[in-house]
Amino acid sequence: MATTTPHMPDTSRPPVLDAAELAGAPPHPLVEFWHYFRQNHGAVAGLVIVVLLIVVAVLADVVAPHAPYVQDRGAFLVPPVWQEGGRWDYLLGTDATGRDILSRLIHGARYSLFIGFVVITLSLTVGIAVGLVAGFFQGWPDTLIMRLMDVLLAVPSLLLALVVVAILGPGLFNAVFAVALVYLPHYVRLTRAAAMGELSKEYVIGSRVAGAGLARLMFRTVLPNCMPPLIVQATLGFSSAVLDMAALGFLGMGAQPPIPEWGTMLADAREFILRAWWVVTFPGLAILITVLAINLMGDGLRDVLDPKLKRS
Amino acid sequence: MSPVVVARDLTRHYQVGGGLFRKGTALRACDGASFQIEPGRTLAVVGESGCGKSTLARMVTMIEAPTAGELRLDGVEVGKASAAERRKLRKMVQIVFQNPYGSLNPRHKVASILAEPLEINTDLDRGARRDAVRAMMRKVGLRPEQAERYPHMFSGGQRQRIAIARALMLHPKLVVLDEPVSALDLSIQAQVLNLLADLQQEFGLAYLFISHDLSVVQHIADEVMVMYLGRPVEQGERDLIFDSPRHPYTRALLSATPVADPERKRNRVRLTGELPSPLDPPPGCAFNPRCPLANDRCRAERPALQPLHGRLVACHAVEEGRAE
Repeated sequence: MATTTPHMPDTSRPPVLDAAELAGAPPHPLVEFWHYFRQNHGAVAGLVIVVLLIVVAVLADVVAPHAPYVQDRGAFLVPPVWQEGGRWDYLLGTDATGRDILSRLIHGARYSLFIGFVVITLSLTVGIAVGLVAGFFQGWPDTLIMRLMDVLLAVPSLLLALVVVAILGPGLFNAVFAVALVYLPHYVRLTRAAAMGELSKEYVIGSRVAGAGLARLMFRTVLPNCMPPLIVQATLGFSSAVLDMAALGFLGMGAQPPIPEWGTMLADAREFILRAWWVVTFPGLAILITVLAINLMGDGLRDVLDPKLKRS
Repeated sequence: MSPVVVARDLTRHYQVGGGLFRKGTALRACDGASFQIEPGRTLAVVGESGCGKSTLARMVTMIEAPTAGELRLDGVEVGKASAAERRKLRKMVQIVFQNPYGSLNPRHKVASILAEPLEINTDLDRGARRDAVRAMMRKVGLRPEQAERYPHMFSGGQRQRIAIARALMLHPKLVVLDEPVSALDLSIQAQVLNLLADLQQEFGLAYLFISHDLSVVQHIADEVMVMYLGRPVEQGERDLIFDSPRHPYTRALLSATPVADPERKRNRVRLTGELPSPLDPPPGCAFNPRCPLANDRCRAERPALQPLHGRLVACHAVEEGRAE
């Protein structure tokens, strides 16, 4: 066959110019990620606070000045150190049974982070699996799953969590399970939408022609392309999980006393709101700061991972 | 040489619309395409958008099963093949898509995109896969050190080279090229076409080349099949079709292709009207509403594809000698 005709000149021999080559070696994805993330100061501040929280939670036994459960009979409702009557060995004061609030907050960070982590892992993994099934199998499996998720979404989240805990019985793990169930529909919907968008693209058909099986198509071909919105949702969901667990704890359905979970601490201190402000203020502040930090970080993540918001 | 692929009356219908109580109408995306391709040869399928070219490609690559008709790959009938045989057949047919921006997984590096077919279909170890990837990259004109990059770091032409490399990783006998150059610049088109021609010679590949660009087809094809509304209307050797087209649709298509020759007198056949909806094809010959030669027979009776003047034509006018 002729490889050259007058209107198809043979130009394959000269080397092809390569833009990436001219601009130097491409940066490592993590380096690039950090470059964009750093430009959002709020996100960096959030990241610093979150890292601090994790360090404190891990080193709680070393950092905390007192044990979280030890009651000092000589120090009921001692105010924080800068107030009249405050004592240096109880920096943020003590509660009604003489336990150090700072130590309890530090140990409580463990529970809150653990809860957030477990809730997100649970609802993310289950949500991705169910969402991929819904996205890949159009027709009745999709309809069934999505209507079920709609039902879950239609019930107010805290109410749904309360109902589930009421059925399973109060306690930390049941509450974690309930909150994970509440957040499940978000991940299912996101995964399904992203998977359906990706499925119509030609690289998926290409993989199929190459012989890729269903599992490979789902998890190796399509899933990595669905991850950015899921990561962002997971980060933002982390703070909602902490909040919901605090709410459940406050209502007496979550972690049970004397566990120093922040919401449970708030619930315990309810009756002293007027007499001893520090007993309620500090757990509340801890929740506020944690949630704020994680949200800031999630915002930054979204800016970096969403190509539409990325400056090139 | 025995043909790599033999298709007989390949047909694909889609059910469109319809609901619980109402039956949908059948969309005849591709109706009765027959052809065969020998190793080292290229069959080009041409026609305007919606004429069933891509549906044909999807059937030949076994992405979709034909509604009717028979497809034989390397002598094995696909419709009756067992699962194991199908797996073997899949290695024989690969596809290159039109859009090099959508056909490569943006989250995978070139190395893993190219290694994927090997990973699934062969039991080569990691090192052997890596060597095969590097060798193939060199073959398609990419540097092996570019293997650790992501698709978005490449230009359109380079991406199409990657897509071609992926299609060739399993050493198929038939490659379906679904408009492989229509998304590329003209100068890049020539490079990629020359690459395809070189690879065809080296590996003895059979190409099913789908295109609507007739100058590209004239450059690369050995045989041409012209399709209109899901049916082949004229089919034969390239030179025969390009030098003396018989079917009025082929004539109109060819006369619409710009030729860079100011001396040549243009005898343009202008088509009026629109491509009819494949949901509601006109009775008789599908081309009759736009055909300058249509008569009552054309509006009533569908012409069959029959050998006339050294090629296959489906036209009453040609058969009756009215086309001269």
